[in-house]
Amino acid sequence: MIYAYFLIAIAVVVVAQRLPDKRAKRALFLALGIALLCAPLFDRNDATFNVLADAGIFVLLALGLNIVVGFAGLLDLGYAAFFAIGAYTYAMMASPQFNLHLPFWLLLFLAAAFASAFGIILGAPTLRLRGDYLAIVTLGFGEIVPQIFQNLTKYTGGPNGIGALDFPSFFGRSFGQSTIPYYYVVLALIALALFFAYNLRDSRLGRAWMAIREDELAARHMGINTTAVKLAAFALGASFSGLAGVVFAAKLSLVSPDLFQFQVSVLIVSMLVLGGMGNIPGVVVGALVLVLVNNVVLPQANTIAASAGLHVDFGNYHFFIYGAILVGIMLFRPEGLLPSRQRKEELHHAAA
Amino acid sequence: MHEFLAQLVNGISLGGIYALIALGYTMVYGIIGLINFAHGDVYTLGSFFALTILTALGVSGELHGVALVVDVAIALIGAALLCGIVGVLIERLAYRRLRNAPRLAPLITAIGISFILENVMQIWKGPAPVSFPAVVPNPSVMVAGVAIGAQQFLLVGLAVVMMVALQLFIHNTRLGRAMRATAEDRDAAQLMGININRTIMLTFLIGSALAGVAGFVSGVYYQSTWFFNGFGAGLKAFTAAVLGGIGNIAGAMLGGFLIGIIESFATWKFGGQWSNVTVFAILILVLVFRPSGLLGEAVFERA
Repeated sequence: MIYAYFLIAIAVVVVAQRLPDKRAKRALFLALGIALLCAPLFDRNDATFNVLADAGIFVLLALGLNIVVGFAGLLDLGYAAFFAIGAYTYAMMASPQFNLHLPFWLLLFLAAAFASAFGIILGAPTLRLRGDYLAIVTLGFGEIVPQIFQNLTKYTGGPNGIGALDFPSFFGRSFGQSTIPYYYVVLALIALALFFAYNLRDSRLGRAWMAIREDELAARHMGINTTAVKLAAFALGASFSGLAGVVFAAKLSLVSPDLFQFQVSVLIVSMLVLGGMGNIPGVVVGALVLVLVNNVVLPQANTIAASAGLHVDFGNYHFFIYGAILVGIMLFRPEGLLPSRQRKEELHHAAA
Repeated sequence: MHEFLAQLVNGISLGGIYALIALGYTMVYGIIGLINFAHGDVYTLGSFFALTILTALGVSGELHGVALVVDVAIALIGAALLCGIVGVLIERLAYRRLRNAPRLAPLITAIGISFILENVMQIWKGPAPVSFPAVVPNPSVMVAGVAIGAQQFLLVGLAVVMMVALQLFIHNTRLGRAMRATAEDRDAAQLMGININRTIMLTFLIGSALAGVAGFVSGVYYQSTWFFNGFGAGLKAFTAAVLGGIGNIAGAMLGGFLIGIIESFATWKFGGQWSNVTVFAILILVLVFRPSGLLGEAVFERA
């Protein structure tokens, strides 16, 4: 059953990407949206919506990182740090930790603001570095942030993190144990993120990002303030991650530093590379495929292997899968599985 | 004062390992402008190879006399050779096709290779740290009230010898000259009849072999190894290479020892949980304020 959700969503996005007619495309997305909204009316399986909400959180992360890596062409290897900042914002302000119990909805805004503030703090001094050095700086930042959360035991609970986070509530009604309200929150946030992502892409700012991605020097000479424009990409990208962090923390009711390691950043980069950096439908598909593999296919493969008496833990192969995607796609299809026409031509012209 | 000296000795030993790894980063960056992210994992692979060779030789503890020299030489050279071959294979499979691609493409494949190697090692020797036999006896001498072990002398001595040998090789042989020429201007070097592919292969062979040596040495020194060691050690060694001035062999050495000393003082003063934060903060600060490092020349943007 869970496969049906993923496969239908992936199929719709892939088909819509191929449709030349804009109105048909929009109708198809609308239909998918309505179907997803109505799904909990017919299917009351909490576990399904748990996986779907997780998938949605990663779609959000992929959409956010896509602004930085896909649009502006800045390789950010520490994106999980902003996710951590979002999650810890909720954990510290809506839990018994400091006896603060701020509402979930307010914290969504606060976390997005904090995350983008940290994006600016990190970006301001580093964005003039060239691409590979910037990647390493973000990687260093991504290592430092969870380590600091781990070290400041007095405030963050140290390696154990913070637990017993508040259940969010909606007009006085608590979310409770059900995962369905989170699913709706995630859907709403994705709709918002898609709206922003599409509009940003087609805005003056979006065109400036793409100009920088293709040729920074030329872009600067065309009068683009490259530092300001790159900072905007960092800040906006980080804000998506902050939102995702709040939902993630609230749903899990727990945060700990080991949830935000380097592997998470690389997982999100893999989603982008797989789907096609820079293409919004592509990165959505990339995120869905990898969550499906991680959260559904591999655990099921384990069950099947165990029932066949085999002692294989497919959960041990995550690194291998990410690695194989990064290497295979970059070597053989650098535009990803579902590229935008424009990006594909750019890449093939660059190679020629 | 005593504690200060003891930490200094620790730091220099640690720095010897970082320096050996940093040499590989700096050589590869110098010649093809790639941060070879998988290099740290080649280092871990070196300790795994050495461990496997020692086990095959039936070694499980301290060795003496002829056996010490012979077995250590076999394990050391074996690990270095195997790592060298792995390094060459990585270049051939994952980087060569992307030599003219946008700069970030090979960096992304390098991260992919790193994850693949880590996963392979995790499956090979398990997810937990594995113990490494203390093959080299460790009698210590007292210098100014600080005990310095034979292993520490061996470690630092090996690192220094390797660096001197590498300097001599690069500055006094035809192949070394080819490497310098390729680093300077690949197209011009090719026009002068230098076989670029072979030169780059050689660079990977030497760099990865040095990582293999570092892997063996760290196994002996710490008496344990772990599939994930290469991530942190690699990042710190890269920090060392940048601190010294990337592309500069002496700089890698200097940076390695400095990072080792800084890490060991950070552990002493702030506690072990802050040592990574300190080193990575230095990485960021150096990249932001002096990307050319201590001994490097100014780095220009290359298209």
